[in-house]
Amino acid sequence: MSTKRSPIDALWDFFCSLKLTIITLILLAVTSIIGTVIQQNLSPQEYLQIYSETTYRVLNSLQFFDMYHSWWFLALLGIFSINLIACSIKRFPRVWKTVHEPVLTAEDSLFRTFSNVEEHVVSGSPADYRDKIAKLFKENFAEPVVTEKEGKIHFFAQKGKYSRFGVYVTHLSILIIFLGAIIGNLWGYKAFVNIVEGTQTTKVWPRGSNEPLELGFAVHCESFSVSFYPGSNRPKEFKSILTVLEDGKPVSEELTNRPIIVNDPLRYKGITFYQSSYGPTGDPIFNFRVKVRETGETLDLVARQGQMVKLPDGGGFRVVQFAPSFQNFGPGARLETVSADGKRSNFVVLQAFPEFDAQRGGDYIFSMGEYKQRYYTGLQVAKDPGVWVVWLGCFLMVVGCIIAFFLSHRRIWLTIQPVGQKTGIKLGGSAHRNQPAFELFFDEFKKNLKNEIAS
Amino acid sequence: MTSSMLFNITTIAYFASMVLFVVFIAGRSKVVGLLATLVAWAGFAANTGAIAMRWVESHQLGFGHAPLSNLYESVVFFAWSILLIYLLFDLKYKQRAVGAFVLPFAFLGMIWAQLRLNDAIEPLVPALQSNWLTYHVFTCFIGYAAFAVACGVSIMYLVKVGKEEKSPSDSPAGGILGMFPSAKILDDLNYKAIMVGFPMLTLGIITGAAWANYAWGTYWSWDPKETWSLIVWFIYAAFLHARFTRGWVGRKAAWLSIFGFAATVFCYLGVNLILSGLHSYGG
Repeated sequence: MSTKRSPIDALWDFFCSLKLTIITLILLAVTSIIGTVIQQNLSPQEYLQIYSETTYRVLNSLQFFDMYHSWWFLALLGIFSINLIACSIKRFPRVWKTVHEPVLTAEDSLFRTFSNVEEHVVSGSPADYRDKIAKLFKENFAEPVVTEKEGKIHFFAQKGKYSRFGVYVTHLSILIIFLGAIIGNLWGYKAFVNIVEGTQTTKVWPRGSNEPLELGFAVHCESFSVSFYPGSNRPKEFKSILTVLEDGKPVSEELTNRPIIVNDPLRYKGITFYQSSYGPTGDPIFNFRVKVRETGETLDLVARQGQMVKLPDGGGFRVVQFAPSFQNFGPGARLETVSADGKRSNFVVLQAFPEFDAQRGGDYIFSMGEYKQRYYTGLQVAKDPGVWVVWLGCFLMVVGCIIAFFLSHRRIWLTIQPVGQKTGIKLGGSAHRNQPAFELFFDEFKKNLKNEIAS
Repeated sequence: MTSSMLFNITTIAYFASMVLFVVFIAGRSKVVGLLATLVAWAGFAANTGAIAMRWVESHQLGFGHAPLSNLYESVVFFAWSILLIYLLFDLKYKQRAVGAFVLPFAFLGMIWAQLRLNDAIEPLVPALQSNWLTYHVFTCFIGYAAFAVACGVSIMYLVKVGKEEKSPSDSPAGGILGMFPSAKILDDLNYKAIMVGFPMLTLGIITGAAWANYAWGTYWSWDPKETWSLIVWFIYAAFLHARFTRGWVGRKAAWLSIFGFAATVFCYLGVNLILSGLHSYGG
């Protein structure tokens, strides 16, 4: 007969080993660093600006550019999960038994397994000490179970037996979080959409794909605005006013003209819209006040950038260029006028200085009024049906950690037995966790026992 | 009285307390030890007052927010957290000498913040305008602070054990080491501090994930800061597993704790100052 283990047993032992846990944890920590040093998910062109072609190819074949989704990182997480499950399956039944069927009577063989033991030989009979010791247990530890057998008196007491299960709650929580992440990956998506003010969309564009997804409803952007803290370029608020529509009608009062700001998203049918970016779209529309120098008559004219606007004398003007901040003078536009006989001239008007153009000496004096720039709002769109599973896992992890770390299952056994004419007292104890702290406690307990039997 | 004056007092108090703890260890005077602790408490009170006052000052400027939003504010809050954890440990375990190895972390933080960091109170950009900011920063920093205490205790352990091994006689280590807690207690304190830090770091990561989900719709995006917090989490998880089941105590545990704190500091500062990402307050 061969004493060799079968391959299945060997594999099982491999996955049950704690060495594997520690190595996997350290490997996960070390490999995770790669992704923080190498920027992830850039385009090949961007990588080739940073790395040589050879380096790029090597790193790419190792999947270092999307390493958290690489086969080897996922494999590491897989091993981690299997290890977690195997360890728990292996140890759980034993722990269940330890908790529910404790050994009440400690024999010498059991005492030999404790690292914390104490023996005393005292005069008198075992019965003399019974009550004293029961009281000692009660005052310094917990109510003991007392068993009398063959002239021996056995004491057993334990504290915090359910703390044994904290670790399993924690392990389970990690698996639940993984499950939530998988659900989110399979049935959820992350997308984005840009909506121009005054328009609506029924589609969003998932990340890394050119095919849009149908929402099944429409999101209308009434307006977008950005505000800044006074006297600085620090943005204060990005705000979109959105309305959710189905069959052309708003779905609810609450989702009509609903302001969306960063940290206050909009949710509808499991899909969440987050304020993410914005930008100008199309040409701005300007209001100009034009004063005819000769007559003093004023005209209010509206111009779109680049569009020629007629003036009373048969000529015209257009906005060639516009900047929201023109050399630190605030909004300004470069105008071009064309006179009736085709003469062109080019100059700048600034919104903040309406009288400025008078100095130019032209036939018309331009001053720039309000202008309207249309914006689009950039929204991130997320659907993640697994997120609640993840939160459940997180909750269990915190609960499990607290049970596992702050509570420990401590057990103390004590046996009183006749030794010739005298009485022997044997004391032993163990904690399933945090031995050094238990040793300190046990030393104290030993001292109390010594005082108790001496009195 | 302004917050910056109180922060100055805090720095001075931490420095004085640090010196007093060293004098206490060298001179073995109980009075000095008590004085060192009292000064540490005074510094902690000043630190608390300063943070509260800065909060009020931000309201007076018209954009009130918890003072946890830039590098300066986070460093002075880190010093506060270290003192909080240290003083709680001092109340519970009464190992006074530990102060000499923990106060320097708080003092270094304060002096760095005061000399090198921008202490202007600035309004919050939209992404930071959330109550999650407070929960997230608070839990993370309590975790970091517990790891700082664990690291200080581990250094003490290594010093103590190193010296004891050099003098093989059974006589208890005299001189400076006489005031150190026993190696057993130091080892236990290391473990206890990590036991406090690990769930807090876990909670910090979870509150960060919840906030990210709330603000961006993604609870985890492998941003460098997130990843480094996970790396730190892995290291301390390995520490706990090694300790629970393989009896990694003493020297190995002390080194792992110091290593873990180095990773924590990198997660806190290195990521902001060297790598790029969402947590740009170091920029």
